[in-house]
Amino acid sequence: MNCIIVDDETAARAIVAHLCTKVPDLDVIEEFDNAIAAIKFLNQHDVDVIFLDIHMPGFSGIDFIQTLKHPPKIVMTTTDTEFAIASYEYESIVDYLVKPITWERFEKSIQKIRNSHSVQPQSSDTMDSENRLGEDLYINIDRRLIKIKYDDILLIEAKGDYINIKTETKDYLVHTTLKKIHEKLPQDKFLQIHRSFVINFNKIIDIEDNSVLIEKSVVPISRSNRPELMRRLNLL
Amino acid sequence: MKETPNLKYLDDLAEGDEVFRQKFIAILKVEFPMEREEYQQSISGKLYREASEHVHKIKHKLNVLGLHNAYTLAVQYENQLRKGDNLLEKEFLSVMDKVEAYLKTI
Repeated sequence: MNCIIVDDETAARAIVAHLCTKVPDLDVIEEFDNAIAAIKFLNQHDVDVIFLDIHMPGFSGIDFIQTLKHPPKIVMTTTDTEFAIASYEYESIVDYLVKPITWERFEKSIQKIRNSHSVQPQSSDTMDSENRLGEDLYINIDRRLIKIKYDDILLIEAKGDYINIKTETKDYLVHTTLKKIHEKLPQDKFLQIHRSFVINFNKIIDIEDNSVLIEKSVVPISRSNRPELMRRLNLL
Repeated sequence: MKETPNLKYLDDLAEGDEVFRQKFIAILKVEFPMEREEYQQSISGKLYREASEHVHKIKHKLNVLGLHNAYTLAVQYENQLRKGDNLLEKEFLSVMDKVEAYLKTI
C-alpha cells in the first residue's frame, strides 16, 4: 500500500510520515505542501491512500477532493473537528484524524483503510453523450433555426432572461437559461465556471487565479466551480 | 495560564527514535519562527484574515508542545481574526514568546 501526504505544515507532514513508518506495508511515496502539486502528481501516479489536511490556504482539502475524478482512499487530517463533519460527505474519505495525531488513533485509521472498499470509478462516459448529440446546436432566433457548430462557440453568458452565445464570428442573443443550454452541450467540451458563464473548454488560452482568458474575453471563475476546472486540466 | 511547553507528545510519538525526535525538534525550530514572522507581518498590515491562517498553523504546534490552554486561546483568536477582531493579540503574543523561549532551550 502506498500513500502521499498533503499538508502545508512541515511539522504535520513529519508526524504523519513518522506514523507511516510504523506500518510495515505502508510506503510514503511523496509529500506535498500544497494541493496543486499533489493534483499534478496524482495525474501521473497511482496512489492507494492520501493523508490530506483539510485546512490549507487558497485550495482546501475539500476543494482538492472535488478535483479528483477517481479519488483513492482519503484520510483527512485536521485541527478543527467541525471540518470533519463536512468531510464525511465524500465517499472516498474513510476517516479523519484530529491533530496532533497519536499512534493509537493512527493505527485505527489504518484498520479503517484496510476494511474499506475501493471507490469505484464512475461509469458515465461523456464521449457517448457527445456522439448522441452530434456536432451542432440549433438556436431559435426570430423564428429561424440557426445552426451553430459546438467548435465555433467560445463561451455563453447569462444575461437576465437571455443568454449570449459568443462565437468566433458573431454573438447570438437567445431567450433561454444558461442551465438549459448547458444541458444540451457536450459535457466534455463545455464547462460552467461561474454562475453566469459556460465556456468551451477547448478555447481556453490561459488561466489566472480567478479568471480564464478565452480569445479576448476574461471570464471569472467562481470558487465553487474551480475544483472541476482544475480536475479537467491536463496539468504538467 | 499555568502551563509550560513540553515534549511529552513528541516522546510518545518517537518511542525512543532519537533520529526522528531530533529531526522534529529541528523542524519546530525552523518552522515556528517563520510562521511567527508571517503572522506578525499580517498583523502589522492589519490583514486579519491572513493572520488567522498563520494562527491556524501555529495552534497545531501549541498542542504538540502540550500547551492545551494556549491552544484554546489560539482557537478563539483565530475565530476573532476571521471576523476582523484582534482582541486577543497581546495574549497570543505572550504565548508565542513562551514557545520561542522554550524552543531555544531544546
